[in-house]
Order: sequence, then structure tokens, then C-alpha cells
Amino acid sequence: MPTVSMTVNGQAVSGEIEDRTLLVEFIRENLNLTGTHVGCDTSQCGSCVVHVNGDSLKSCTMLAMQANGAEVTTIEGLAQGGEMHPMQQAFQDNHGLQCGFCTPGMVMSAVDLVEKNPNPDETTIREQLEGNICRCTGYHNIVKAVQQAAKTMGG
Amino acid sequence: MAENGIGASLKRKEDNRFLTGKGNFTGDINRPGQTHAYIVRSPHAHATINSVDISAAQSAPGVVGAFVGQDLLDDAVGGLVCGASVTGKGGEVNKAPPRNVLTMDKARFVGDPIAVVIAETPAQAKDGAELVAIDYSELPSTVSTATSDADGAPQLHEECPNNIALDWELGDKDVVDAAFAAAHKTAEVELVNNRMVTNAMEPRAAVGEYNSGTDETTLYVTSQNPHVHRLVMSAFMNIAPEHKFRVVAPDVGGGFGSKIFTYNEEAICAWAAKRINRPVKWTSDRSEGFMSDAHGRDHVTKAEMAMDADGKFTAMRVTSKGNMGAYLQLFSVSIPTLFHGFLLAGQYTTPAIYLDMRCVMTNTAPVDAARGAGRPEATYLLERLVDVSAAEMGLDPAEIRRRNFIKADQMPYQTPVVQCYDSGDYHASLDKALANADYDGFAARKAEAKGRGKLRGIGLSSYIEACGVAPSAAVGSLGVGVGLWESAQVRFNPTGGVTVFTGTHSHGQGHETAFAQLVTERLGVPVEQVEVVHGDTDKGQFGMGTYGSRSLPVGGVAIANACDKIIAKGKKIAAHTLEASEDDIEFGDGNFTVAGTDKVMNIAEVAFTAYVPHNYPEGVEPGLDEIAFFDPLNFSFPAGSHVCEVEVDPDTGTLEIVKYTAVDDFGVLVNPMIVEGQVHGGLAHGIGQALLENCIYGDDGQLITGSFQDYCMPRADNLPSFDVDYAPTVPLHNPLGVKGCGEAGAIAAPAAVINAIVNALGIKHLDMPATPEKVWRATQAAG
Repeated sequence: MPTVSMTVNGQAVSGEIEDRTLLVEFIRENLNLTGTHVGCDTSQCGSCVVHVNGDSLKSCTMLAMQANGAEVTTIEGLAQGGEMHPMQQAFQDNHGLQCGFCTPGMVMSAVDLVEKNPNPDETTIREQLEGNICRCTGYHNIVKAVQQAAKTMGG
Repeated sequence: MAENGIGASLKRKEDNRFLTGKGNFTGDINRPGQTHAYIVRSPHAHATINSVDISAAQSAPGVVGAFVGQDLLDDAVGGLVCGASVTGKGGEVNKAPPRNVLTMDKARFVGDPIAVVIAETPAQAKDGAELVAIDYSELPSTVSTATSDADGAPQLHEECPNNIALDWELGDKDVVDAAFAAAHKTAEVELVNNRMVTNAMEPRAAVGEYNSGTDETTLYVTSQNPHVHRLVMSAFMNIAPEHKFRVVAPDVGGGFGSKIFTYNEEAICAWAAKRINRPVKWTSDRSEGFMSDAHGRDHVTKAEMAMDADGKFTAMRVTSKGNMGAYLQLFSVSIPTLFHGFLLAGQYTTPAIYLDMRCVMTNTAPVDAARGAGRPEATYLLERLVDVSAAEMGLDPAEIRRRNFIKADQMPYQTPVVQCYDSGDYHASLDKALANADYDGFAARKAEAKGRGKLRGIGLSSYIEACGVAPSAAVGSLGVGVGLWESAQVRFNPTGGVTVFTGTHSHGQGHETAFAQLVTERLGVPVEQVEVVHGDTDKGQFGMGTYGSRSLPVGGVAIANACDKIIAKGKKIAAHTLEASEDDIEFGDGNFTVAGTDKVMNIAEVAFTAYVPHNYPEGVEPGLDEIAFFDPLNFSFPAGSHVCEVEVDPDTGTLEIVKYTAVDDFGVLVNPMIVEGQVHGGLAHGIGQALLENCIYGDDGQLITGSFQDYCMPRADNLPSFDVDYAPTVPLHNPLGVKGCGEAGAIAAPAAVINAIVNALGIKHLDMPATPEKVWRATQAAG
């Protein structure tokens, strides 16, 4: 089996994988980073969103081998020094999560959204999060969370 | 109010782990030596199974075992059961056709499990499953709710002639017919309550494990009710005796009803772990979930209202059919009957109601409880019918509701359909909703929109639900096979921290926070020193789980009652220590005090004394650890009025919800932040049903909407922000004054949305989901 190497949450990792192994499978099964979730099999739900070389990406749409040499950040790598990222904090402050299953992907998408668009209005937030499905919150509080985080991340 | 007690919008204790990737969902659990199962399912909606050849799969790389239905029968594993026996017309109880864990004689829907392949890796299991050879003889299939009971329709089960599982009626047909004959005017509407796939974001999963040294079986499973899972699998399926069987439902990623039930794959994992003596894990693909999770709704209905000259409802008549799918799931026939028929009075004084309900079997996935479960179906038909009645009478929809509402001073109110409402002020919630929505200003907004070429509409939905399920004697008399009490254990640890074991299960509802607030309020212990434990049959006492908005109204009261037992025992200990009479001890804010003195003992000191009883009252047991079971005296009756305002683009049929206003009566709010979140989520579910979601089977029984690409889930850009407010009343029967809030949005929203669209288009009715195409066609037809 071929070997894949990448940097995940700042640490160099490698593993032997089948060719067909998806990035999300490598993250969950090989690295045991189970915060990245699988909620569908058609790349619709966004529960598996991670950052690859600075861009948010559905890790079920990519073979692990395609991420060879890449810099990957998962939800486990978002908090720094024991402090939650402003987006994580905003999700808690605004009750932007309920069951918590879509949350890691939603947060990773939202971080990328704000990094690329520091002052998003409600319409922009809703349109940009179209690739992340949440069944619990009705998105109302997620939108509020992203708005709060946009302020704290910008400030 | 204690700090962080009842009424505080405390941030959730559970959030940290979910936000940092430390949640522990079933799919995250891996056990040493674990294998992986893949289920071989029927691609046919209806087919005789001539043979199943697993030999090639058994010798495939990495395959540990492959099994068929006979293998489970050989180990005396029983089939899946229906937990409801509802008595229908002529005293006849519903049919309950048997269902093997792996079907052997026939496949009855696309996705019906036939074999399982277990291998070292998920990929090897899937590869092995490709080698299972099944010889089918295809049979004609039937999927339609409306026509599957017709003569000549393909038959699913010999136990169910004409595919009828139950013919049920409620009310006196002669009285209702007479009222219609004498009516000033009548109104009628025919409608379809569209079939929904529940789609919790976490797919179902299970990990079975067997310890041959202790003969103990453990099942980690996506369950809303681990004790009920254990009970069903032990009592009816013979998986393992209850005392040798641990069921763990760890973090569960949403349930909405679909994770109440015991499923085939879960039984397979628990059984196979013992059979191969290694842990067995199964994780559903989303596509498998679409095929095999229990679906919701799926009624076809004709509803009629009789009115007098003032627009007062004099009788209501409903003829309906509910689709049960291919097998009866756990609650199944109880949903279109007990949880639907008993709510048909709504908020109104309609004196005579008759429901004719037929439950039909079809070649589709089983249908059972889904967020609201019967109550959304009742509310939708009733609130659509009320609007059609208003149009028939030439009355404003708000006015006809006011004329027919049960008045607050009529409470408690005995409806003609069994339920006795214990509280509610429907005029108050409607008035507040209309004010918050600026109902009076709608005409001006409609005119303004017309100037922009848009059609604006407004719709009301005044709903009621029966939650807090449920008084055990009442549901027992109706044919539900269990008691629906709830339990709690409140345990002080020697150093003053409190561990609370609840028999309910949290899968997004925030129990770890809200229940801790209850304890803080009751015992005065800081909320950070209270830990709520749920979801493990080895940790907590037996409990009935979470569904029907019952966790707080039933489980919360059990916690409060256990706290009261703690206080009662604490008084004895404090009285002894403080050298006072027990009758003189008062408790408040976490302190036992001797009335009229400054002698005081904190509850943490009492707890320590209870565990180190060197100086202790005679006859009192050491320890401070109390258990309580609470069986409710009545259902709870959350209710409210919602107002939806839409704007339709007649050129494209697209529409926007420009304002959604909810005013609900949930009684006391323990954590308003969490309650509001529950309302938001319910609204998204209801709006999804009204505008987007529809589970479709082709005439050949193939599932057309088998993925998120084909089945439209509500996304962020499909929904508005919501205006949520409350008009609480005090329930007579709930000691905490709470009513439950988890389902309200899903119950109220479909009618509010469709009423708004119908109002915008100036038409009588439009079936859900109101897709742009459907709306555009209706616009064209309406001219």
C-alpha cells in the first residue's frame, strides 16, 4: 500500500493507505481525529469540512493521496493554547449548535468564510453556508454566531 | 431564583466538547479487535427470495463471517416488534405481521436487509457484500398511500388482507353526519401530508461487543432511549438477558424520532459480536439511511367542517389514510391514530369530531414517529381547514379562530377527542402573535409588494400538541406496551459535587445544562458542581428516553422529586448536627437553617456528614443519594399561534419567507436560550416540509429521493431569521409548570407557510412541498 504524508494541525503525519482512501477516512481512521464527521455520501452535508492549504474543503471529496504534502487543519487544531477560536466561542455564546454533529464542519466553513470576507452580511453568510446542512438549529443562531465572530476576528 | 437556576440563559455545558472535536459519537467508537459489518439489501421493492448464496463472500479477503436470516433464527434471535396494539373498528386490534432481522421469504421494500458480511475493514466488508448472490423473483409492488388498499393491489403480508394494518375510527359518526346535515355552511379540503425522511445529521451506527469471560454483551448505539433498546432486544429479540446487556447511547447527533426504534442492524451487531467473538461495527451510509431509517408523515386526507351562521364550528369530519410502510415499526399505528386523532380538536370548541383512519402497508420503508409524530398531521389538516372555512364564511382567518377558540376560563377543557387540556390562553397567544407580526399593517405591505410585481401573503397557524408523554395508565389503556414515567437519581458525592442520572437522553436538547439548572434551583448547589449523566444502562437507573417533548415535563419532575428527597433526608441530618428539632429546620439557597436562629449548615456539609456519619441521627441511613420515578398525571399541552408572511415572484414561482413570527405557550422556561433554539430548529423542520422536503417512491417502488442531492434539506439560504416570543400559562398537572418545546415549530409551521402561500396566490389549496414549479403553475392557473 502506498504511503501518504501531510501536516495535520501542525504535526507531520504519514500512513499506509489503500488508493481509494478518502481524506476524511485517513483523518478519522488513521489519525483518530474523530471530530471531523461524515454525514452523507454525496458531498452535500459539509460535516467533514477541514482546511487544506488554507481553504475550506469537504474532506470526503478528496482522496487522501491528493492531500500528500498538504497543510491540513481539522476542528481539533482550531483552538490555540487552550483558548477557543473566536468562531468556536461565538458558536457557544449564541447557541449555534445543538447535537454537535454538523458543528465541526460548520465552524471550519464559517472560519474560512470570515477570513475571506471579514464583514459578511446575513445574506452572504446564509449563501456561503449553503454547503453545510444542520438539522437542529434552523441556522438562526449560526448566523448570529458568524456575525459575532466576524467582529471579534476582525477586531 | 438561584443564580444560574430556572430562567437563566446559561451557556451550555456540553458545547466545549462538540466545538473542539471531542464529541464521542457512536461512529467515533472503536473497540480492540473490531470488525466491520456491511448489510446486503434488496434492490427490489417486492420480490420473492429464492436463494441467498454467501459462500463466495465468506471466502473473500478479510471477511470474518457472512450470515443470513436463518443464522439468527438458529440462535433463537427473535424478530423486530411493534410496540403498539391499537384497537380499531369492531374491536379488532391492528395486524402485526412478523419481521425477521434479516428477511428470508420476501423483500418488501428497497433496502430490506437480507444478509450481512463482516470483515476486517469497512472496505473489505463492502467488497465481500458484492459477492453475495441472491436469486429473486420480482413481484409487482405498491407504494401509494391512497390506493394500496384497493382490490387487486399487490399484497405484502398474508396477515394483512388488502394491505390494511388497522381500520380505526374516533367519534360518533351519526352525530357528526347530523350536524353536517343541519349546517349553515360547510367547508372541505383534500390534502396530502408529504412523506419526510427524518435525516438527523449523524447517520445511525452501532458497535456490538461481547465479553466471553463475563457473558456480557455491550451495544453502543445511536439511540434516543438506550434502556428501551435494551428492553426490546432482551425481552423480544433474545439478544441477551437485561442484566447481562449494557446499551450505551453516547453523544447522539440528532434523533427527531428516527432513533427511538430498534433497528435490524443494531440487533445484528449485538448478536454477531457474540457469534464471532469480536466487536462488530456498522455505520450507515446516508444512502442507507434514506432507504432504511423510519420515515415520517405520509397521510392522504379529506377534511370537512360544518358551521353555523356565526362561523362557529359545529362538527368536523376527517377521512384519512396513513402509510405504514412495509413493516410496523415500534410505535407505527399509534401515530396516525392516538397521536393524530386525539389532537383534532385543536384550540377549538368543535363539539363533534369524527375521524376515519386507515393504516395501510406499502412497499416502502417503515413509517413511524418523526418530530411531532401525528400532531403535525393533525395541525396541518385542521389549520388548513380553518382557513378554507374562513374563506367560505367570508371571515378573516384571525376572526374565525377567535370565534371558535376555547376560552382561558373554560380550562380545564374536555375535548370530544379524549384529551382534556389543562391550561392555555389561545386568544392571548394569537393576539400577541398578530401584534408582533403587525397583522394590521399587512394590507399596506401587500399593496407595496404588488407595486414591485410580487404577491404577498400572510398565514396563521394556531396549534396545540400533547407532550410530556405520558400517563402510564392512560397510554396502557390505549394499547401502548410500556409505561411512560421517567426516573432520576440525584447523588451527592462526599465532597459536595452532585451527579444526576436521568433516564432521558440528550441528543441536542442541552439536558446537561438545563437539568443542572433545575438542581441548582432546587438544592442551591453551584451549577458547575452538577453533572448530568445519561445514555448508559450501566450507569443510570431504568428510564424511558427522549421523544414526545417529554424530557423536561416528565424527566425534569423526576429530578426535582429526587432533590426533594435529598432535602427531606438532609433536614434530619442537619437537625441532629445543629441540635434542633427536624420540624424547625428550613431549607433554602443551599442552606439548612434552624428557624429563628443563625444556626446554619450548608448542604455540602450535610453531604459530607452523610458519608462520614460519626455524629449521626439514629435510624437514618448513611449516604445522600436519592432516586425518584415520576408518572405524569396528564399530558402537557404546549400551544401557540404562528404567523408566516411570504412574498411570491409570480414569474418564477420562487418565494421568500419575509417574516416568521412565533408565539408559544411552553409554561415555565428553564433555559430560554435553549428553548428558543428548539423553536428555531422545529420551524426549520416544518418549513422544510412545507417548501422543500418530499420523499418520493416511483411506481416501481424505487426510492427516487435517496440522497441529499435528490431530497431537499433546508439550507441556511432557504430560511429566514425567526421572531420568537411567548405567552405562557400555568399547567394544572405539571409540578414544574413546564410543557415541553421540542416539537412545536415542526407542528405549527407547515400550516402557517401554506396558508400564507395560498393567501398570496388567492387559491384554495396547494399541496406541500410548495416548490417553485408548483407555485408557478398555481400562479398561472389562478391567472
